[in-house]
Amino acid sequence: MSDPGENVEAAVRPGVAPGGLHTAETPVPAPATGKPRGQFADVWAELRRKPMFWISAFLILVFLVMAAFPSLFTSIDPDQGSLRDNLQGPSKDAWFGRDIQGRDIYARTIYGAQASIVVSVIATLGTVLIGGFIGVVSGYIGGWVDGLLSRIADVFFGLPFLLGALLILFTFNPPGSAPSKLKVEALVAVSLMVLSWPVSMRIMRSAVLSVKEADYIVAARALGASPFRIVLRHVIPNCLASMLVYSTILIGSFIGAEATLSYLGVGLKSPAMSWGIMINEAQQFLRDVPGWLFFPAAFLVTAVLAFVMLGESIREALDPKLR
Amino acid sequence: MAENILEVDNVVKHYPVTQGVLFKKTIGQVKAVDGVSFALRAGETLGIVGESGCGKSTLSRVLMNLERPTSGLVRYRGRDISTLRGRGLKRMRRQIQLVMQDPYTSLNPRMTVGDLIGEPFEIHTEVAPKGSRRRKVQELLELVGLNPEHLNRYPHQFSGGQRQRIGIARALALKPEIVVCDEPVSALDVSIQAQVMNLLEKLQNELGLAYIFIAHDLSVVRHLSDRVGVMYLGKLVELGTDEEIYERPTHPYTQALLSAVPVPDPTVREHKQIIRLTGDVPSPANPPSGCRFRTRCWKAQDLCAEQEPLLTTRARTDHPSACHYAEIREIVATHEG
Amino acid sequence: MIRLSNLSVSEPGYTAGAGASRPLLEVENLFVEFHTREGVAKVINGVTYDVRAGETLAVLGESGSGKSVTAQTIMGILDMPPGRVAGGSIRFHGRDMLAMSAEERRKIRGEGIAMVFQDALSALNPTFTVGFQIAEQYRIRRGLSRGEAKRRAIEILDQVKIPNAKQRVTEYPHQFSGGMRQRVMIAMSLALDPEVLIADEPTTALDVTVQAQIMDLLAELQRDRQMGMILITHDLGVVADVADRIAVMYAGRIVEQANVHELYANPGHPYTIGLINSIPRIDEKGQELRTIKGLPPNLMRIPSGCPFHPRCPRAEQVCTQQLPPLLQVGPTRASACHFAEEMVSRG
Repeated sequence: MSDPGENVEAAVRPGVAPGGLHTAETPVPAPATGKPRGQFADVWAELRRKPMFWISAFLILVFLVMAAFPSLFTSIDPDQGSLRDNLQGPSKDAWFGRDIQGRDIYARTIYGAQASIVVSVIATLGTVLIGGFIGVVSGYIGGWVDGLLSRIADVFFGLPFLLGALLILFTFNPPGSAPSKLKVEALVAVSLMVLSWPVSMRIMRSAVLSVKEADYIVAARALGASPFRIVLRHVIPNCLASMLVYSTILIGSFIGAEATLSYLGVGLKSPAMSWGIMINEAQQFLRDVPGWLFFPAAFLVTAVLAFVMLGESIREALDPKLR
Repeated sequence: MAENILEVDNVVKHYPVTQGVLFKKTIGQVKAVDGVSFALRAGETLGIVGESGCGKSTLSRVLMNLERPTSGLVRYRGRDISTLRGRGLKRMRRQIQLVMQDPYTSLNPRMTVGDLIGEPFEIHTEVAPKGSRRRKVQELLELVGLNPEHLNRYPHQFSGGQRQRIGIARALALKPEIVVCDEPVSALDVSIQAQVMNLLEKLQNELGLAYIFIAHDLSVVRHLSDRVGVMYLGKLVELGTDEEIYERPTHPYTQALLSAVPVPDPTVREHKQIIRLTGDVPSPANPPSGCRFRTRCWKAQDLCAEQEPLLTTRARTDHPSACHYAEIREIVATHEG
Repeated sequence: MIRLSNLSVSEPGYTAGAGASRPLLEVENLFVEFHTREGVAKVINGVTYDVRAGETLAVLGESGSGKSVTAQTIMGILDMPPGRVAGGSIRFHGRDMLAMSAEERRKIRGEGIAMVFQDALSALNPTFTVGFQIAEQYRIRRGLSRGEAKRRAIEILDQVKIPNAKQRVTEYPHQFSGGMRQRVMIAMSLALDPEVLIADEPTTALDVTVQAQIMDLLAELQRDRQMGMILITHDLGVVADVADRIAVMYAGRIVEQANVHELYANPGHPYTIGLINSIPRIDEKGQELRTIKGLPPNLMRIPSGCPFHPRCPRAEQVCTQQLPPLLQVGPTRASACHFAEEMVSRG
């Protein structure tokens, strides 16, 4: 019972892991079958129509460029300052005002993007790779391997995030010490990974579990495909969608986490530039130069929001039920 | 008579029912397939019919070596294949292929048609050298009646019937001798179903395939099969040629099943006798003693609860039937034209 | 010749039985569209049928023919959007339901017209007992007390022949087998004594032996209660067993309407002929099946003229240009084919 309504139905749920019965009669009509279109092309067509996608994509692009080439946005040296000018309000020279050491807040906010983006992107990549790999192993092999890995994940998942991060960073990056910027960034990224992989592992595991029983996996086994081939060609490609959504949103939350840790003094430290540090430094001078706290905070919120919005619009594009 | 190429000998498949999360305890067995034997001859179609839960799909998985039987043998050309592993198993798979029921879920949505049909060649690299694969895939597409230009399309761009053709092309890529068809047309619309059935018949004639055709639709099975086996609760209850089963059924279950099939002819409805079975199929985890059909059978006697009837030819039958009181009874109302 | 789509279908002699009474339910010239991002799908394009007390009308069609959407529109359970009724009327006892307030329509649902779905498991709420779900209707719609409602629930479960209704009333849907669950759903739809029962593929998900039981039950209940029944199905066998009249649908239109004997003996539309030819039969070992070539149309680009012409073995020039209306071709039958009269008279 499925012939005519059918290119229909597939078009309505492209890119989504298949499975589940189709209703006997899907009243939604067929798409143009004339031109070949891939699964991702359908998602792209859906994304293209969303203003939310374009806004968030534009913002993310701006932040990425800002992180890679801060000098495109400002010609002012963020470390240069004269104590004479300290705590000035916004002016023509310094749009956002000047901090306690007379440095330009606008320039420092721009340069601060780098730490956030680098740490969050590295941490997300790591989290998704580690969690995804463990999730695939756990979901595909199953049995006691799955039981063991899932329990380990539960233990890490049970650690309160902030407490865990503070613990790790206090141990390896205690306040008062002065390790290099790179080392701190790596430390922060690692602690985020260690504490976050169970979530991506669970997402991957449940995706694998639902795909594992799919008919096309049985078909591949019947053809004599090796487990390695099945995982690589059939399982993983059909599980990527949910990971993509999750990782986009994860970048956003890691940007916030990086700022929080820097604010608490266990992440990056002055003289390194980060929105979290700026917010920390600025809070005592809120009355004098409100912009010192306001602008980095606004950038932070915008960056977090941009990634979360992008993730949400990808999720909607992937999920036909939300259309 | 053609030689037997596949022999199924007393195949049993039980699934344990477990309790507990960490320390699993087996508390019972679901007897999905419980002692099934038959043989498949070269070039013939053997139909297996039965209602849901009768074990026909489990049987197909055992035949495909996707599940190992709990006991019993499956012999392909005299060699037991149910215990094969590694390279031997892989080589054997070239000879027995599978066509699945649901054309929506049996094709990986992320692969193009070219990749899907070409996958058998990538797995069994010795079958076709790399350079010739694209041409081979196109030949296969043409063989099943699809446009060979559509190599780069994705499954969702095809209709259900066309996808089923893709599945058939994939199954034929390695030139198998046996194709196990597990409900290959039951997900399709009436007009499309007929196209796919004709295709299966054409391919059998051209390529000399032997089919094991598993379905719940008795009309479809009759149309394609040379011989038919009827399954009930994990057992074969009757086995015979299509005429023997459809025109001279001897097992009460077969008779009830046949009588219940609606005939697309309103003139039949007045004089048609339908044997109404009461109740539901018992659970395969706890099947009735003796004959498994006795709880729904109008002929059941004490003997049926005590002794399990074997699948043999009896006094009043001309083909094997697993009923103590097997007797020919004409069921299907014949009609004119 | 009379254009059926303009006139009421209740021409004298058109009905199969039930005397000259006015039809209970009349669908007239109904149009339904689905608005999607790909475009507008014309799912129903001028459907006209009616059903009287005590008769069974079978609506036969393949998936995408619009047979279920018509039923959903009648019941008022069509998802809008994307669905939209673009024209026509649905009259119950002569009153247009599409013009009624939501409140009035709700009243008709259940008491006037009820529906049985294909998939009983998803149509029943898994978190409440079967008895509660049936009794709830009596309590809300009839204002019966808890105890009385439960008594009535047991009574109706008894009527659909569920053994041990008294005990089973406290069980949950998943504790019933497929066939029993379908009985529960039938009981539920009959609870408020509807005059019209719409059964949408009621046996498709069931095994053959159980299917026969359920069809028997439906036919018996329909006879006893003198309900009008609309049986929506793709199965020509089921139709032949129980229907009085048949409407065959293709691409959102009715292409043929006839009483059941005429339709099978002498089909008056090439699509009907194709359907009958393409099913394998249990009572004969066939040769190659004669199939309908091609695929059903994309509802966003329905072919010009007769929508069936690209698949029709006897299509001619006129078929590609003119849409054949559903015309009466006999006292009790109508066909939407340019060559219908020819076909019917030759048979």
